[in-house]
Amino acid sequence: MSATTTTAADEPVQFYDLDEHAHPEGHSTMLGFWIYLMSDCLIFAILFACFGVLGGNYAAGPAPKDLFDLNLIALNTAMLLFSSITYGFAVLQMQQGNVRGTQIWLAVTGLFGLGFLGIELYEFHHLIEIGATPQRSAFLSSFFTLVGTHGLHVTFGVIWLVTLMVQLGKHGLIAANKRRVMCLSMFWHFLDVIWIGVFTIVYLMGVLR
Amino acid sequence: MTPHPAPEAGPFLGKLSLDALPLHEPILVVTFAIVVIGGLGVLAAITKYRLWGWLWRDWFTTVDHKRIGIMYMILGLIMFLRGFADAIMMRLQQVWAFNGSEGYLNAHHYDQVFTAHGVIMIFFVAMPFITGLMNYMVPLQIGARDVSFPFLNNFSFWMTTAGAVLCMISLFIGEFAQTGWLAYPPLSGIAYSPNVGVDYYIWSLQIAGVGTTLSGINLIVTILKLRAPGMGLMKMPVFTWTSLCSNILIVASFPILTATLVLLSLDRYIGTNFFTNDLGGSPMMYVNLIWIWGHPEVYILILPLFGVFSEVTSTFSGKKLFGYTSMVYATVVITILSYIVWLHHFFTMGSGASVNSFFGITTMVISIPTGAKLFNWLFTMYRGRIRFELPMMWTIAFMLTFVVGGMTGVLLAVPPADFVLHNSLFLIAHFHNVIIGGVLFGLFAAINYWWPKAFGFKLDVFWGKISFWCWVVGFWLAFMPLYILGLMGVTRRMRVFDDPSLQIWFAIAAFGALVIAAGIGAMLVQFAVSIWKRKELVDESGDPWNGRTLEWATSSPPPDYNFAFTPVIHDLDAWYDMKKRGHQRPVGGFRDIHMPSNTGAGIILAGFSLVMGFALVWHIWWLAAVSFAATVFGAIYQTFNYKRDFHIPAATVVEVEDARTRQLAAGA
Amino acid sequence: MSADPHHHAADGHHEIEMPHASMRDYVIGFVLSVILTAIPFWLVMERPFSNGATAAIIMIFAAVQIVVHMVFFLHMTPKAEDGWSLTSLVFTVIVVVIMLAGSLWVMHHLNTNMMPQVHDTSQLP
Repeated sequence: MSATTTTAADEPVQFYDLDEHAHPEGHSTMLGFWIYLMSDCLIFAILFACFGVLGGNYAAGPAPKDLFDLNLIALNTAMLLFSSITYGFAVLQMQQGNVRGTQIWLAVTGLFGLGFLGIELYEFHHLIEIGATPQRSAFLSSFFTLVGTHGLHVTFGVIWLVTLMVQLGKHGLIAANKRRVMCLSMFWHFLDVIWIGVFTIVYLMGVLR
Repeated sequence: MTPHPAPEAGPFLGKLSLDALPLHEPILVVTFAIVVIGGLGVLAAITKYRLWGWLWRDWFTTVDHKRIGIMYMILGLIMFLRGFADAIMMRLQQVWAFNGSEGYLNAHHYDQVFTAHGVIMIFFVAMPFITGLMNYMVPLQIGARDVSFPFLNNFSFWMTTAGAVLCMISLFIGEFAQTGWLAYPPLSGIAYSPNVGVDYYIWSLQIAGVGTTLSGINLIVTILKLRAPGMGLMKMPVFTWTSLCSNILIVASFPILTATLVLLSLDRYIGTNFFTNDLGGSPMMYVNLIWIWGHPEVYILILPLFGVFSEVTSTFSGKKLFGYTSMVYATVVITILSYIVWLHHFFTMGSGASVNSFFGITTMVISIPTGAKLFNWLFTMYRGRIRFELPMMWTIAFMLTFVVGGMTGVLLAVPPADFVLHNSLFLIAHFHNVIIGGVLFGLFAAINYWWPKAFGFKLDVFWGKISFWCWVVGFWLAFMPLYILGLMGVTRRMRVFDDPSLQIWFAIAAFGALVIAAGIGAMLVQFAVSIWKRKELVDESGDPWNGRTLEWATSSPPPDYNFAFTPVIHDLDAWYDMKKRGHQRPVGGFRDIHMPSNTGAGIILAGFSLVMGFALVWHIWWLAAVSFAATVFGAIYQTFNYKRDFHIPAATVVEVEDARTRQLAAGA
Repeated sequence: MSADPHHHAADGHHEIEMPHASMRDYVIGFVLSVILTAIPFWLVMERPFSNGATAAIIMIFAAVQIVVHMVFFLHMTPKAEDGWSLTSLVFTVIVVVIMLAGSLWVMHHLNTNMMPQVHDTSQLP
């Protein structure tokens, strides 16, 4: 630290940092991305609040008990959990400087993510087919919107994964790419955290209701 | 006249057809003609003087926080003129429509006018103005070279602009919402607003909201990460502190608006039942959610201006700010408290005694930190050597005006009183009292205070004073009658009146609005005269007011890199402290300076978003899909650009700094 | 607020600070998550307890699992980013709690007072 930390007014002080080094590029990115995630968290909070308030308004339509298949949801949760640890493996490979390994584990993570999305789409399709559409009741509106928004985030995460794999292939593990791997890691694990709320409050509590 | 029934959607142009042009509204046709002629004139002038390249290179694609700040201010000013035109139209209609007269605006048009006035003044005037100020000043005050994410800053600006443009398009193609500025359902639902007005509202706010949220994140990280060495949190200038809190509020509340509007659009577009009257939907939930955003929003607007008043009072009293620590804590407390008062906007909706009492009390509690701030300013002035320059005049006008607005606010916070005054003109008078008296007067103080920093010359005092007096007198004339009318029980958003005894108050209010118009005119003249006389008004010192914070340590306007060397901070009021210790400007040893490069990506992506918004408004699905894909792929393409920076060579820095040395020597 | 949040400014020549992950962290996090997920699912599918007790237990498990994810997957520590990550997280949690609890409270009262046709109060949150 080059600042002379003196406070007395009469002592000579240093007015400028004459030997400064530029901030490393992107040194704020991780914090900025984290704060973005916090703001995203509030979007989900609103959707949870809606589900909390409107989730009991079945309008004489189907209730969670009639709709949710917990075996399917357990499978879906497993998909996301596996994708979490495989993303962890990708980060570990990155720390060892292994581009290939990072890409492989990212790909595995992406496959789990696609599996999750496939199961979710199957569930939605099934619900719509039996008449439990988002338009049917406020409960179903808030259910589809909350779970669907999470699904959209996972979709975006998968697109990002693919983009990142291409970028890793082009430039290798340069500082910028490492940072991106870590940002996507935060994003992916953040979606996992949201999913804990979803399966607990929407599915498990719903079936209990 | 009644709105048209919703037209059938075609496959190619969606709901868009020639019927969407408001050819039956003479006012709009004339306005359109003026805008087209004026717009063509501007475009022709730019082409004639070959300014397109300069505009594109130096402004549109810039990542320099100072230029982006200025562009935000210009956006705010243009939209302010639009929003004020709406205000004048309302005043005129309300004074006209007595004794059986319908006035000159039909209901369909009048309802759009009051909605547009509110939306534009909050989202496209106040927000760009404060964002512009923060953008320009925060990096300078903390001794940084730019914000943390310069590209994002440019993108945020263009997203805000795209939202404003979409909102303005509604003037000439289709219609705007007729729902009031918060678009409460079920009125804003598809059943009662089948036309495109609400969709324009939704998409212009959503697009601008992206920009606002990102710029909030950007400024928070800038303040947390890029402070000059030695500047601990409790050595930050007050304006930086209030900006930090304001941006925290932005990041922690705009997502709420985004999510709520998404739900409203789902109701409108695919027929879900969040806020409908059927199938379990609850319109009350929308009101609840929108005010969870809406109350923090008003603190987002006022907090940075509290910072401005602190800087101005301290500078023009020649003293350090009284109670800096309490000022910071008051700001932080307001930040938190602003999240637990939202229900006071709908006391009358029926949540009952316990809920209303809780929110009434929390609302009253907010007046404590706010009052503490006022006393801090007064004590700063006490025994100070006060210079009554324009910024200080605005600050004093603020204190006098804002206190009245604050007190009527506490009155409204009492739930039983609110049952009488809710939705009345008393409320209108109250919030204009705090927003004009607080936010706008603060902006004018800030503009007069920081103009010399941004442009290198002061603003003309004569026209500034004319503007000042017109504004202050006009404000009191325009809004005191509304307090009285509100107490007499007149509700807001009325188009015609039966009781002739009310007319005199509306006449006074309309006259007040004309006086304000004179104030705005005088301000525009002030800018023009100052630019004309810029040689006389020049300030070469970079520190025309004997300032106290770091932005005055560099030249006016500052060089691209702000500071050739990063300042080292030892005390609060860093620049004052440096001057006191015999500050010496380094004149040699300059190095290359690492800077972000310009990029056109921001304006292009925002352009795609604008097209997408327009397409969604008019249900032109193919275009919405194409522009959405273009936005996503454009963003991905941008991530493949790894070279986003360059170095200003030391030789250039030497050139700039030597010129500065000569300038200072000549001025001394 | 951290006492010395600005020490980074002058020593920018270091590599960017990134959280260091280890195999141990990920495996512990994963095993705990599996346990904390499996038990709630089992409780709801098999119903060994009353509905109320089950609900309380699964809510607690969810809260614990969120902390597990934060610590082992998101590498949240009080030190990360000079404490700003944790500060912003705590602030967000406060806002989320205010918003959720406040909305439920407000809307419950509004529904009770203003929607008299809703007789089945068990459907209210």
